[in-house]
Formats: sequence, C-alpha cells, structure tokens
Amino acid sequence: MIELKKFRRQYNYAFIDEDTKKEIRRKLLKAICIPGYQVPYSSPEMPVSRGWGTGALHISLAIIGKGDTYKVIDQGDDASVNACNIRSFVEKTAECKTTFDTGKASVIQTRHRVPEEELTEDQIIVFQVPDPEPLRQVEPYTKITRQMHAEGDYAKMWVALYESYVQTGDISKGPVLVNDRYIMSPSPIQAWDIPNLNNSRCLNLFGAGREKRIYAVPPYTKVEPLEFEDVKFNINDFNGAACKRSGEKVAFLEEIFNEDGKTSYHMVNDTNYLDKIMDNNRPKQWNNKYLVKKRKELNN
Amino acid sequence: MEEGKDWLLKVEGLTKIYGNPSEDTVSRTGPLFNSNICPKTGAVVACADINLTLHSGEVLGIVGESGSGKSTLVKLLYFDQESTSGAAYLNDYEDGEQDVLKISNQQKRHLKNHKMGMVYQNPRDGLNFRFSSGGNIAEKLLMADNYHVGQIREKATALLTSTEVPVARMDESPKNFSGGMQQRVQISKAIANNPPLLFLDEVTTGLDVSVQAKVLDMIRRLQKDMGISMIVVSHDLSVIRMLTDRTMVMKNGRIVEQGLTDQILQDPQHSYTQLLVSSLL
Ligand SMILES: Nc1ncnc2c1ncn2[C@@H]1O[C@H](COP(=O)(O)OP(=O)(O)OP(=O)(O)O)[C@@H](O)[C@H]1O
Ligand SMILES: [Mg+2]
Repeated sequence: MIELKKFRRQYNYAFIDEDTKKEIRRKLLKAICIPGYQVPYSSPEMPVSRGWGTGALHISLAIIGKGDTYKVIDQGDDASVNACNIRSFVEKTAECKTTFDTGKASVIQTRHRVPEEELTEDQIIVFQVPDPEPLRQVEPYTKITRQMHAEGDYAKMWVALYESYVQTGDISKGPVLVNDRYIMSPSPIQAWDIPNLNNSRCLNLFGAGREKRIYAVPPYTKVEPLEFEDVKFNINDFNGAACKRSGEKVAFLEEIFNEDGKTSYHMVNDTNYLDKIMDNNRPKQWNNKYLVKKRKELNN
Repeated sequence: MEEGKDWLLKVEGLTKIYGNPSEDTVSRTGPLFNSNICPKTGAVVACADINLTLHSGEVLGIVGESGSGKSTLVKLLYFDQESTSGAAYLNDYEDGEQDVLKISNQQKRHLKNHKMGMVYQNPRDGLNFRFSSGGNIAEKLLMADNYHVGQIREKATALLTSTEVPVARMDESPKNFSGGMQQRVQISKAIANNPPLLFLDEVTTGLDVSVQAKVLDMIRRLQKDMGISMIVVSHDLSVIRMLTDRTMVMKNGRIVEQGLTDQILQDPQHSYTQLLVSSLL
C-alpha cells in the first residue's frame, strides 16, 4: 500500500477512500428521504468479512469525524469481542473518541439491540443488518420483491404473518411498516426494541454489507409493527422476572443458565444501562405505550 | 349492444399477440386461414377483436378447441397478462367509463381483490403451495381489507365446508391435496371476497366424473345463492350446457358464433360449432 506521507498513515482517514465515503453519504441522504426504502450502495471491501457488521461499519466510517464519540454494542454488550474489535478499528482509523456511555455517544453502532436509554436528536444509531429484505421469506426473486415494494403489494407478507400466527400464535417477530409506505426489516432487534423506532428523536440508519443495501428511519417518523385487529404485536414478556444484580424488571432481560444447565437467572441485557442503575445513576428510559403498560402492570 | 345499468363487464376489440406482429397479422390469421400464426412474422394471435358484454348475474360460456385463446381471454380480463390492444369496462368502476386495462397495477390489484375471482385451469396458478389452504383463502380476505384473524378463520372454515374440503386440513398446504381438492380450495379462495365477477377456466378438467358433478353442482349453487356473474371457459360442451345461459364459440383466436346456449346446442350455425355439437352426441 502507498504510504500517505501527508497524514503519516498507511490508509485514508476513516479507512475508506473519500469518493466512496461520499457515495455512501449520498445513498444515506436518499435513504433518509425515502424512509424504509432499501438503497443499493457500493459496499466496499473491508478488513472484516461481509456479514460481520460491514454495512454498519461503512455507514459509521462515512459519517464519523474527529469530533465524534463512538460506541459499539453487540447484543447490548460494549465488551464483546466483536464490539471491541470494531470499536478499536474505528477509533484508530477515524481518530475519534469512544465511550461505553450511551448518553455521551454521538454515533452508536449496534447489533440486535437498541440501548435501553432513550436516544436524543443529537445521536445517530447505526444498525448491523444481515437480511434487509423482509419480503425474502415470501419471494425469492429480487426483481419481484422490488416490484412488490414499488407497488405496495404486501399481500404475501400479510399471509406470512397469518401463517406465523397459525403456527406459533406469535406475530411479534414480523416486520414494520414505515411512514405508511414501505415494509421494512427492523434488523434483528428484539420485539422489546421495535416500538422505540417509532417517532424516535434520533436518526436510525441501517446497513447490510453483504446484501449491499442501506436504509433509514429519520427522526419523528411513524414506524408500526404489522398486526391484526384481534391479534396484536407485543414486546417480550419476562413473566415478572427481575434482574439478579439490580432487581430491575422493566428492561430487556437476558436469561442466563447456571452450570447445572437447568436453573437460570435473569440479568439486564444492556450492560451500560445496568452499570448506571448499579451506580444509582438511572438514565431516562424510552417511553413507548408498551413500556407504559408494562410499568403499570408491574406496579400493581 | 344494450345500454342501461344492467351490464357488468364490457369488452371491446380485445387482442393479444405473442411475438412481433406485422400490420396485417390480424387480417391474415383466424378461422378463414385455420391458423393463429402470422405467415409473415410467425407471431401468435392468441385472441383478436373480442367484443362481449356480460350482464349482472349472467353466466357466459366460452367454448372452443385447445389453443383457441380461451384461457388468454380470461387472463387478460383478470390482468394476469397485458393486452396488445382493446378495452374493458366494469360497470361499477368509475361509472363504467374507465378502460380498466389502462389503469395502474396498483389499481388493477385493488379491483381484482375487491371485485373479481379466478379459478385457473391449473391449481398451481391459483394457489400458493408455500402457504396453507387457509392462508391462501386469507390472502384474498386480507387484500379485501379484512384484518381480523378470527373472522378470517371463520370465513375460511365456512368456505371450505361449502366446497366440501375437510376443515381439519385447513392449516395444511394444498400441495398435499388431490387435484379435486386443490380445485375446490381454489374455488373457495376465488369466492372468498364475494366477488361480483368470477372467471372459471376449465374447472373440471382432470377430475373424475363423480367429482366433476360435485364441483359443477357446487358452482351452480354458489351462482344461485350469491348471484355472481361468471365467465366459464371450457372445451367440454356438457359443462357449458350445465352452467351457462349464453355461449361464445372461439376458433383460432376469434369468436365464430355466439348466442343462447340452448340455441347453439340445438341449432349450431358455424361449421366448427356443428362439428363440436355433433361430437358431443
Ligand atoms: N406465453 C405465450 N407465448 C406464446 N404463445 C402463447 C403463450 N400463451 C399462449 N400462447 C398461444 O396462444 C394461443 C391460445 O392459448 P390459450 O392458452 O389461450 O388456449 P386455450 O383456448 O385456453 O387452450 P386449452 O383449451 O388447451 O387450454 C395458443 O396458440 C398458445 O400457444
Ligand atoms: Mg386454456
């Protein structure tokens, strides 16, 4: 590789070359203008294999600057191996600050979760997406799924939801309808997190590196889970379980099995949120109608 | 053509040509030439210059030999294929003044979901084998704005009962069903949204005689109970005789004769119809 003497680096700032970052930012603008619409983009080679968060990494690197503070969580955890590697890669190449503190981050990259702490207008959350096309389960051909999106032809998706109800009684894994127009896959985040996309203050960006697609939910945008009149979407229920360390009940709880493989306990999944609660420094949580209901139920 | 409000569907000059037509493709094909292939370009005239009016509550038969363009005609009207030329009007769409072949795909789908039903010659075309039988019926109901699972399942149960498909198999894919059962699931799906207009393409082909009789009986009953207008396509004159009020005879993509079904069967005018009728007896 040619050494860039001017910057004393063996790579361009934020790893990706400027033209490609510009291309990604252009695609992001398009995605923000058409909420929920999947925009094809270049998905350049990275020193990380595709499918390991490259899409979100492209977005993070394309938008980040030296003044930013970057946080990465993998399943709610800042300290997992993948989160650590991605964080130090971005820190090194983009020369930005990093943090575990959700409230202090300006760009948060995530896999499978939305932080428990409510995000603000000053924050951007970037989701790692493995399968951006919600219609793939009912239609194998991209040419046809694109046409279905274009014409708002979501009959098959609804039937799939009906079938999922018939087979499992549950419809809460399904996709969401964005801005009354596009059906979108909310990345594989928990049902618990899906309502937090609705009318959120923060900007939500989604990157699928392997599938070469970017999409977005801008701040204050309507995001509704697909549901029936008599069978409703619901967030996860932990049957009254409480976090073993904090006693917390209204947060996404992870079930952890003991050595015996039979008994288990629960723990708040978002590590930074748990740390703050343990420090008696409880941050402001999201406020969606499902959480309000859950709090009421647990107080009675 | 009769005016007034009692027509449901009007079709004018409907034509479908596969391949590259030349200027005189239509004039050099048809029953006179005993061919639907353009001698110049090899284009296939599946149907041409079809004019018809379907009245409310009426059952119109289309009969003709294999390849005469019967399936193509109903597929054009159900928007499965795009016509080469021609127009179609529905009485209760935009006061019957909008050519529905020219509206957007989205509008076509809305019309299809709310006003039409189709039973295909091949159950594979009408059913999605990746979904259960109930799911197939649900599709039609969901798209006609019924988003209540309880009601959907109730309605699906009623439909399968009336078409004599075991309700216990509602949550199974029709892939596992016999041909006759598949055909009856298809009929359940097609009538789920109480469509005023139903297309039936060779509903009984491939069924054994006793099942055939059951299916025909059922269609007759449905037609009586719900007053659905139908276009019934068949190359089997006994089906036509049993179900239809009026019949059109097609050959090489053209209508060669039309009239009351009884009349056509008793006193066929066109030599081809005479041949058809005599082979029935
Ligand atoms: N996709 C296609 N490409 C080319 N030619 C076609 C296509 N579909 C149909 N045709 C031709 O159009 C003509 C009419 O076909 P159609 O299926 O409408 O006949 P049909 O009257 O329904 O016959 P059958 O009684 O066998 O079902 C035939 O000559 C057929 O070969
Ligand atoms: Mg046919």
